Amino acid sequence: MSALTALARLRAMREGVAQRITTVRHCHVSDRPMVFVPLKMAGEAAAPLGAMVGTDPDHPRLLVVPQPRNRNLRFAFTAELAEVLLPYVEGFQKRTETVERKGGEPYERCLEAPQVLVPNRPAAEFTGLLGRSTRFRRVDGPYPVHPSVPLLGRWLTYFADRSRQPGSSLLLAATEALGTHWATGQSALEDANLAALLGWIDPPAGTTGRRAAEEAEDPLLWPPAGPATDPGFDNEVLAPAVQAYEEAPTDRAVERVAEALRTQLEPTWRLMWRSVELLRALPEGSRVAGRWESDRGSFTRFVERIAEGGPPQARRDGAVSAAARLAGLERARASYDVQRAYDDPLVMAEYRLTGEAFAGVVTAVEPEHFEGEGRSRKLRPLVTVRTEDPVRLAPGAAVGSPERRGHGAEVVEVVAVSGAGGVPGGGTGGAGGGTVEIVLKVTKGMGRGKTPAPGAVPEPGERVCYTSLTDDFQTSAALPDPEETPWTHGGPPEEYVPGDDDAQEEWE
Amino acid sequence: MSRLDDLRGPVPARAHDARAIAALAANPGCARRSLLDAAGVDKDAAARHVGFPAPFGQSQFAITRGNVFESLVKENGCAELLRLLRELMGLPIAQVGYQDVENVGAHLRASHTRALIDRAARESEDSAVFYDHPLLSLRIAGQTSYLEPDVVAFQLGGRFHVVEIKSFSVIDGQAEPEKVAAAARQAAVYVLALRALMEELGHDPERVSHDVVLVCPENFANRPVASLVDVRRQLAVLRRQLARMTRVDRLLEDLPEGLTFSLEPDADGVPTRSAGELAEALRRVPARYAPDCLAACDMCMFCRDEARGCGSTDLLGRQVRDQLGGVSGMDEALGLAEGTREPEEGQEEIARLLRLADRLRRECVA
Ligand code: SF4
Repeated sequence: MSALTALARLRAMREGVAQRITTVRHCHVSDRPMVFVPLKMAGEAAAPLGAMVGTDPDHPRLLVVPQPRNRNLRFAFTAELAEVLLPYVEGFQKRTETVERKGGEPYERCLEAPQVLVPNRPAAEFTGLLGRSTRFRRVDGPYPVHPSVPLLGRWLTYFADRSRQPGSSLLLAATEALGTHWATGQSALEDANLAALLGWIDPPAGTTGRRAAEEAEDPLLWPPAGPATDPGFDNEVLAPAVQAYEEAPTDRAVERVAEALRTQLEPTWRLMWRSVELLRALPEGSRVAGRWESDRGSFTRFVERIAEGGPPQARRDGAVSAAARLAGLERARASYDVQRAYDDPLVMAEYRLTGEAFAGVVTAVEPEHFEGEGRSRKLRPLVTVRTEDPVRLAPGAAVGSPERRGHGAEVVEVVAVSGAGGVPGGGTGGAGGGTVEIVLKVTKGMGRGKTPAPGAVPEPGERVCYTSLTDDFQTSAALPDPEETPWTHGGPPEEYVPGDDDAQEEWE
Repeated sequence: MSRLDDLRGPVPARAHDARAIAALAANPGCARRSLLDAAGVDKDAAARHVGFPAPFGQSQFAITRGNVFESLVKENGCAELLRLLRELMGLPIAQVGYQDVENVGAHLRASHTRALIDRAARESEDSAVFYDHPLLSLRIAGQTSYLEPDVVAFQLGGRFHVVEIKSFSVIDGQAEPEKVAAAARQAAVYVLALRALMEELGHDPERVSHDVVLVCPENFANRPVASLVDVRRQLAVLRRQLARMTRVDRLLEDLPEGLTFSLEPDADGVPTRSAGELAEALRRVPARYAPDCLAACDMCMFCRDEARGCGSTDLLGRQVRDQLGGVSGMDEALGLAEGTREPEEGQEEIARLLRLADRLRRECVA
């Protein structure tokens, strides 16, 4: 957490209402997301109790397991969930675009992709576990299941895996998506309660966020957003209803459990759609579409994998794929952080605070400055920027600017104008307080002519921002192919072929 | 120590469980909690009486599942547990003894446990024994606290392992990290207590292994699986935290005359003292609230309310506190940021940072 966010939290605390910590939205919000609010049985790893799911805020589908310990009822639940989720996912597979790429075959990519929204991180994890407990099932042999069940399992696994990738929006947890954009006047721990978080962000008329959040902690007014249920509800309402079903499995008994679960799910269902509205209302950052494009690409590849009859995702990664996966996640994290900073001055401000970025006014420009002699003579326009930010960039540092894509420059010198701040590369300066002038030479993005392309070099008087953050990460770490896994890491993995044990695994 | 009895009033003292001690070590600086625990006050009841009940319900589904799993592991003299240990440690154990310490009356359990452990440590031949429900004790802040572990101690050839049975699942070799961490913290408390006992009895404390055995259900079934968890790091933390805790006798010195948290009930079982009086007494002992308390201490709602009342930045969590360089009040921190308050000595650096942050925020959010 940065001092900026800490300050926003303090403000939220004083004002009694959440404060924005971004100026734009950094996640994609689909026109037709699917909201999924699952509940699980307390004490069990992945025993579903029920769920509310659907794409229409006014018509949720309620799924219920009247006796959560009954294996057949659980599979009936997953088959029903498949009835809702699979047609939704399949609806995005037909319309594609052809993507050209440099030095490669053109390929097809789905024009749109599904987006699943769950209330919080535990719900995302539960989605993954539900996937894990169903993707290896078989439609024949002992314990056969409906053909849609293993397919559902693969999709749930896919969504849950993808949600761990920073910057991906295929499956979003509402508390995380909201928490990226707002700071509340309570702790991160308390922000995990969706009703409380929304209370701070969007308090009902006539009350403060603090009051609304307090109310949200009462499980009778605001049942937990799942997957864990309120223990009081379990003991007083659910257990007797399940017991009644156990004694006489009638429609009425099912209805009683369903009604009980509805009271727990409906408030969260409404909060989920409120979250969608709030997120939609934020202007979208300019790099969100690019990240969604990667999501669409990933989605398309997974559709193809299934169509080609590939096996379900393995139980565990082999050594190389685990390392590749970790490296991939790290790259995605770094790239997502940089992209957000480039898209959003308020996020960039965090780097200005630490001296990795600065913003100021251009005081002088020498557009036709050259370097070198003869053939190696190069156009290197000079730009001087005056700033009060505590710059910590040393001469030679390469910098980019959010105002100009493809523009690159190098720090030539940093000159103190007044005050104590901004000793280049030095550990002093601290939180700044002085004014400095930074001379930059433009190295990229000014065209090939003898003079810079129009607009490529900032004008005197212009406000600019520069940062040493860049988004050109190596595309892949130097990892061997899975077939060449060293013996120290277990040797080449055998392709995961799920066996009978997987298919018949107990699900007690 | 009669002062502690006065604090508790004429009601029976509550014993600690290891969860309480592990949580106590998570917030060693809280005098309120130290005193309440040392005096054996029923914190849950106290919190309810002052109108701030702790939000720690337990679902009967979870309790049932936990019990079913535990008895599965322990049935027939821990037969299943023995099988797991054989596999896990490659032990050539043919036979194992089983001693349930709970069978002797409560008042005898501590001495019975001592005697059993002492004998096992002396004999140290190739016998193997499970000790179920041992009663251990630990010195905390200068006070002896009794622990009722939900564990089994396993002894083979004079070496001991703590075995903890938990009902959260291990799926494809992975369990929820927070749950494993909590289990490891608790197990460390038992290891420490068992080692203390060994030392007292004149045996080498290192004979209690820092590898504890964690038994959990595997995947989605009830079948147990055992794994070794190295709790050396947790032990080090626990020792450090326990050493840092202010001694209870020192805390007692600062207390006002006649202070009590007594929950002595009247004929109807309702505490005789008013909620206001009790709250007043509680406020006389300083607390150190942190959001972590919400998951660990029965007094959390009361202390949070108090922290809110004085606009403490503790409410926002440690991460925020770290950014504020120790500035503990919301008004103070915002005053420094907005320049309406002059930094005190030593605050210049944090004030500069906050002012810069404030300028950057204003620049960006017009
Ligand atoms: S809740 Fe209160 S009494 Fe308990 S540890 Fe936290 S501050 Fe101390």
